[in-house]
Amino acid sequence: MSAIDIQNLGKSFGRTEVLGGVSLAVGAGEFVAILGPSGCGKTTLLRLLAGFERPDRGSIRMGGRLVSGPGVHLPPEGRGVGVVFQTYALWPHMSVAGNVAYGMKVGGMGRAPREARTQAVLETVGLGEMAARRPADLSGGQRQRVALARCLAMEARVVLLDEPLANLDVHLRDTLEAEFADFHRRSGATMVYVTHDQAEALALADRVAVMEAGRIVQFAPPERLFREPACAMVAGFIGDGRVVEVTDLAPLGDGRAEARLLGAPVRLRCAPGERPRPRARIALHPGDLHLTGGEGVAATVTRATFRGHHLRAELAAGPDGGVSLCLNVAAPARIERGQRVTVALTDGWVLPDPSLPSLPAQGL
Amino acid sequence: MSLSVETGGRPRRALLPRVPGEWLVLAGLVLFVGALSILPLARLVQAALFPAGTFDAARIAEVLGGRRVAEATINTIWISCAATALATVTGTLAALLAGLTDLRGRTLWVFGFVLPLMIPPQVTALAWVQAFSPASPLLGPLGLSLPPGMRHPLYSAWGIVLLLGFYNAPLVFLSVRAGLRRLPADLVEAARAAGAGPLALSRDIVLPLVRGAVFAGAALAFVSSIGNFGIQAMLGIPARVPTLITLIYRRLNAYGPSALNDMALMALMLAGLTVVGMGLTGWLGRRGDQRVEGAARRLRLPLGRWQIPAGLLAWGYLAACLLLPLSALLGTALVRGYGQPLGPDTITFENFANALFHHEGIRKAFLTSLWLTALAVAVLVPVSVALGYVLSWRSGPVARLLQLASELAYALPGIIIGVAMILFFLRPMPLIGTSFYGTVWVILAAYLANYLALALRPVLGGYAQIDRALDEAGQVAGAGLIARLRDIVLPSLAPAAAASAILVFMSAINEIQTSVLLVSSRAQTIGPTIIFLDEAGSSTLAAAVGCLMVAVVLGLMLASLAFGRRLPEGVLPWRD
Repeated sequence: MSAIDIQNLGKSFGRTEVLGGVSLAVGAGEFVAILGPSGCGKTTLLRLLAGFERPDRGSIRMGGRLVSGPGVHLPPEGRGVGVVFQTYALWPHMSVAGNVAYGMKVGGMGRAPREARTQAVLETVGLGEMAARRPADLSGGQRQRVALARCLAMEARVVLLDEPLANLDVHLRDTLEAEFADFHRRSGATMVYVTHDQAEALALADRVAVMEAGRIVQFAPPERLFREPACAMVAGFIGDGRVVEVTDLAPLGDGRAEARLLGAPVRLRCAPGERPRPRARIALHPGDLHLTGGEGVAATVTRATFRGHHLRAELAAGPDGGVSLCLNVAAPARIERGQRVTVALTDGWVLPDPSLPSLPAQGL
Repeated sequence: MSLSVETGGRPRRALLPRVPGEWLVLAGLVLFVGALSILPLARLVQAALFPAGTFDAARIAEVLGGRRVAEATINTIWISCAATALATVTGTLAALLAGLTDLRGRTLWVFGFVLPLMIPPQVTALAWVQAFSPASPLLGPLGLSLPPGMRHPLYSAWGIVLLLGFYNAPLVFLSVRAGLRRLPADLVEAARAAGAGPLALSRDIVLPLVRGAVFAGAALAFVSSIGNFGIQAMLGIPARVPTLITLIYRRLNAYGPSALNDMALMALMLAGLTVVGMGLTGWLGRRGDQRVEGAARRLRLPLGRWQIPAGLLAWGYLAACLLLPLSALLGTALVRGYGQPLGPDTITFENFANALFHHEGIRKAFLTSLWLTALAVAVLVPVSVALGYVLSWRSGPVARLLQLASELAYALPGIIIGVAMILFFLRPMPLIGTSFYGTVWVILAAYLANYLALALRPVLGGYAQIDRALDEAGQVAGAGLIARLRDIVLPSLAPAAAASAILVFMSAINEIQTSVLLVSSRAQTIGPTIIFLDEAGSSTLAAAVGCLMVAVVLGLMLASLAFGRRLPEGVLPWRD
């Protein structure tokens, strides 16, 4: 039984369709990230899960129980989900302990067990000493821990997180990312984490659902998103990927294929069912290209940027320089604008033919 | 640590039947607004247009076509328009001066400029009438007081225009000042860099950009002028300048409830004029309205060598419009009989002693007003917190209808609400079987209908400052709407709710328009008492009551400044 089962969920605001038929199944205890650019509908999906919004069509089940569907809408206060808001939404007029205990208080738990549990939960997140403080006196990291403690105290089996790291600086992010992972491991709760930052999604999630324009375009584990993107959008969104065109695609049948990139022969990975095509698009990452002395694709360096341990070189290849590539060169190197180079491709993924019915976006 | 809990859960909640708090609250609000705004106004329309169940065009033409009604209608229109024009010019100039320049003593000046708006209009009118009496400490010694027997210059149509204009200028001021606060400083600085002087700047850049705010203020001034019973009655009745509002009042007094259907028709015409005036100003304001993004910085233009002339003008205005009438009011309250000059041998505190302790009618009226007002505040603040929640964070046709109905009841002249309330409550109530007519409960109902929108405004401002996620976090914690309103919203909203309580308190304790229709021997409030005393010839006692009312208003305004720092900008109009 899935912890969350979303079927064909649709939502429009006025005439704008924000979600167009989203289906998604999340296993119990799984950590799922919803990743996409701003305006793709990911926050709406989270708000539908929490019950803040009513779907126009489709259904949501949690632990087998229908919470949203035709004629059914369980309000947020009845869903028992935990939400970590982007701003954390700690009540400023209550103490840390008051924030954590509020859910138990309105749930009718007696004072003594409530206080004991509040203290226990605060100890768990390392805020035992801070119980009497006000949220305003806490650091950003401590506030996040209070928000998590609030979910912990409610014993929420599903925790929804709405871009909780978006407002923080880079140094704090790494630490807090680790705390989410830690929280997930200890609580065993099912977590749905909405973000526009692919690094966060890839680092934290068991599986990532990539959204574009109100639809899920791929739902897969991070490594697979990186190595086998389902479409050009995912390829471009994850890991600095580039999409270029190849000719004379000839699958070898074992998930490998041969093709020509600007005339040069290349070996690629592809889906098992791939068929020969005169033209195809492939996804590649900066690490898939390297400089060679002779054989390969001729290109001109258009821009070189220093990135610490390596140099990032933007290249223009092809007869009129219309194909843009990029690669990393290990740091002590001289490469500059205007330089002529030859590059070879060591890896690449053939994007499925978009004109064919797509493979199911889900599944491992 | 018991984190792996499938069993723990929340058994108590699952066993309890889920009370749909949200629906309960929404239904309560619909009932409240429906019973107090929508139904009485619908009853008014019905009584006006279908008194016998059918639409009778001949009767309508006969009532509205009468010579007196036509004269009153024309007076109403031109007096309101002229007063609006005066208020708009004065208020806009004042807003430019206070909002854009570094005028000295600006905070105090703004307080003084807005103060007249908080004084009951009948007190204002009384004070102005006294300004030319021998007791005036300013004009009296100068020999500028009127010789006995001469017709008072303010007892004329132009007198009404003048007073309505000055009285409503703060409304335009507040609207334009709010517009100026949204004006980005860099637009003005760009014009200065391009070489525009202060006059060119105001004319070419600032005024076009706050045009919408000027017209919005003008609309408010129009609505307030057309429905200002206090000034129209205090000056218009002695001057024999009938307006619709005084005509309704006098006919209702003369004929009683038998004239109600005709009064309803006239009230409906007054409402029509109000709506047309609002619509027209709104339309004028929208044409060519420029939307600008919110300003981060406040703009201050140095007055430089104009500091002294501008200061003289600004403070001179306050002296003429505030000090002159109010000092005269105080002077009159301090002499034994009207017409006596104020001096060491004529000064007496008898009037104040009478007003406070000896005059039973005044004391009873004051007590009635006090508890009615307190009750209105006690009802309206929680209702507006709940209604604000629905309007701010919920959408849908019900929310919009509720807002429209409450705004309408506030915008329409109080006398219309008064007529509507009489009509609605005259018949015995279902279930109870008795009529509320003539009791204080009708006055309370009118206060509630009239001031809901006034109570709502600061609360809506407060909601705009609260992060909605705080409420949503309460929802996921399992708290129902009523628990969230009590535990989460109200603590954050407290300053705004207090501001709303003060605004309602000040308006209701001074209320005159609905009370003057609804008062009876059993239910008397303080607002109309001044008119009754003045009509009965007790000008000095009326002046003493007026002084006390001004003192109450002033005290409340000053008290509210104590927590003004915690409020959103613009909630307390008198705070700069």
